[in-house]
Amino acid sequence: MLYREAGDFKTSYGADNQTFPIRFDRWAYWVLLGVAFLVIPFVINDYWASSLLVPFLIYAIAALGLNILTGYCGQVSLGTGGFMAVGAYSSYKLMTAFPWLDMISITLLSGLITAAVGALFGLPSLRIKGFYLAVATLAAQFFLTWLFNKVPWFYNYSASGQITAPERSVFGITVTGPNTEAWAQYLFCLVFVVALAWVARNLTRGTVGRKWMAIRDMDIAAEIIGVNPLRAKLSAFAVSSFFIGIAGALFFTLYLGAVEVNEAFGINKSFLILFMVIIGGLGSIFGSFAGAALLVLLPVALKAVGVDLLGWPTDVVAHLNLVIVGALIIFFLVVEPHGLAQLWRLTKEKLRLWPFPH
Amino acid sequence: MPDQLLYAMEVALNGLMAGVMYSLVALGFVLIFKASGIFNYAQGVMALFAAMTLVGIQNGQVPFSHMINAALGTDIHHFGWSVPALAAIALTVVVMVGLAWAVNRFVFRHLVNQEPIILFMATIGLAYFLEGVADLMWGSEIKTLDVGLPQGINDWVDTATFDLFGYGFFIDNLDIVATVIAGLLVAGLVMFSQYTKQGRALRAVADDHQAALSVGISLNFIWVLVWSIAGFVALVAGIMWGAKSGVQFSLSLIALKALPVLMLGGFTSIPGAIVGGLIIGVGEKLFEFCFGNGQCFGGIIDLGGATETWFAYVLALGFLVFRPQGLFGEKIIERV
Repeated sequence: MLYREAGDFKTSYGADNQTFPIRFDRWAYWVLLGVAFLVIPFVINDYWASSLLVPFLIYAIAALGLNILTGYCGQVSLGTGGFMAVGAYSSYKLMTAFPWLDMISITLLSGLITAAVGALFGLPSLRIKGFYLAVATLAAQFFLTWLFNKVPWFYNYSASGQITAPERSVFGITVTGPNTEAWAQYLFCLVFVVALAWVARNLTRGTVGRKWMAIRDMDIAAEIIGVNPLRAKLSAFAVSSFFIGIAGALFFTLYLGAVEVNEAFGINKSFLILFMVIIGGLGSIFGSFAGAALLVLLPVALKAVGVDLLGWPTDVVAHLNLVIVGALIIFFLVVEPHGLAQLWRLTKEKLRLWPFPH
Repeated sequence: MPDQLLYAMEVALNGLMAGVMYSLVALGFVLIFKASGIFNYAQGVMALFAAMTLVGIQNGQVPFSHMINAALGTDIHHFGWSVPALAAIALTVVVMVGLAWAVNRFVFRHLVNQEPIILFMATIGLAYFLEGVADLMWGSEIKTLDVGLPQGINDWVDTATFDLFGYGFFIDNLDIVATVIAGLLVAGLVMFSQYTKQGRALRAVADDHQAALSVGISLNFIWVLVWSIAGFVALVAGIMWGAKSGVQFSLSLIALKALPVLMLGGFTSIPGAIVGGLIIGVGEKLFEFCFGNGQCFGGIIDLGGATETWFAYVLALGFLVFRPQGLFGEKIIERV
């Protein structure tokens, strides 16, 4: 009943083109932002921050990044874990080399470094396509993790080979290290998520995004209408890696605090984020959030039901989790290849007509 | 001969043997890819699944015992019998055929005419699913697989090379057996696809789906057949790898190693899978020997080891830039 377009007249091109054309959606968006910024920081505790909200926000950034590359530009990448590792290690090097830098600059700089690395590994995409490229990105994944494991300079010659985030702050509030408060962690991530989602949305509906989509839909046709494949593909790799690098930096500095590269940024991380993008919906900003939310929530929920409620052993529940994730992916590919985002779109279509569909 | 050269030769020989193992996995990929255009990422997990099932049947384990125990509060583990190796292998083949049927019926029949990349992602989902099911069924601990294959140093090679060069080469018996079996397997597959009715139908489907349908070949049957053969190849690979390094999760990661093998050899060529496997096997062992451990050229380059994790991919990547279809693959022709 609330979800109506009636009386919602658009009088300008801008109004017609806005992200949320229905008034109810706009309200929902502002209310959601209001709750996220003004309510949750006051009620959040360590459990909620560390097991749900912070990983969700960080994975959402990574999924956004991969969605730009895979969903919008059509280049499948299995190197996400490697690029996250680049973000994490560059933030570590920056934090230890320039102790006076604040966390915002460090995070953004690590994003930029990752973007450069990503563009470098994107070069083969000009020659190879489809899953040949997917396999080629595996080279990035394995080479980068090996590099961070083998070259001691990257982990400052520490004996354990781990990197540990020192204490750094923003505007006098500690956001990394063991003494961080849950709300500060959460808010720091949230600011990045909101800003990056805004950037992603506006990039993908502008010239750059249209070029990416043209390349995705048919690269030869795109070339004929004047899209430069070199620029389009490399910019997609760079922007995507920028997002993924920031996600990697936050994953290390805020979420984990101490990282061993093969454990935190192995090939499984690449697949996890790819699954988020597939389940959420390829080529959709909302989908990235939905996919990240589902795959962060699923293990936690399963653990709550299986281990705490039914008293099953943890390993059985972990294996069950694998089965369910695999089945979900096949289910989505069979039933709804466009993922949760498409389901949401269909629901909205139905809601607009409900309860009188004719 | 100088010692360094002899060492390098031994390393190269061992690389060849390792390459045969990669080829075994790559073979399964090529079969499915040729017949149905599906790039089956789950091949490695199928090998793991097959090996675990074999061990489970051999030891008379109760399937899903952990889950049943957790749900019902019982305490069952084993039936209390053990099955002889050959019978267990036959039973595992039956399980793999059943799996092939289920995969077709419940997954790929619904995905006909989808883009290749969607099919690829579906197989990644399948890989996760199978891995979870295998762990739930048989438990995730490392198991030893013993079907009576010979293991340990081959004395004949050792003494023969010692007489020849004054330095005995270390070659594992298991690797030699694997090479022989891989050769037999490839010969068998070639015979099957050249001289039997089903084999011809299989090649017809690989050539052109629609033309094959129009002359009355059942696509469904062929796909089940192909997945069954791939399951059988996975079982052979699983037995070899399992006997070599124990049945454990890392077995499924050899699938990832098979990918560069395929890229090098070409996705559509069985000889390509073999040659690609040998090149990668020898290449990564020699590279590790020369530059990973700094044994060549007076040790000017020493990367500190473990280069095997990425060398294959980087080699394949560099190769693809110059020849995107691989060594023996069909030329990629793009039509608008």
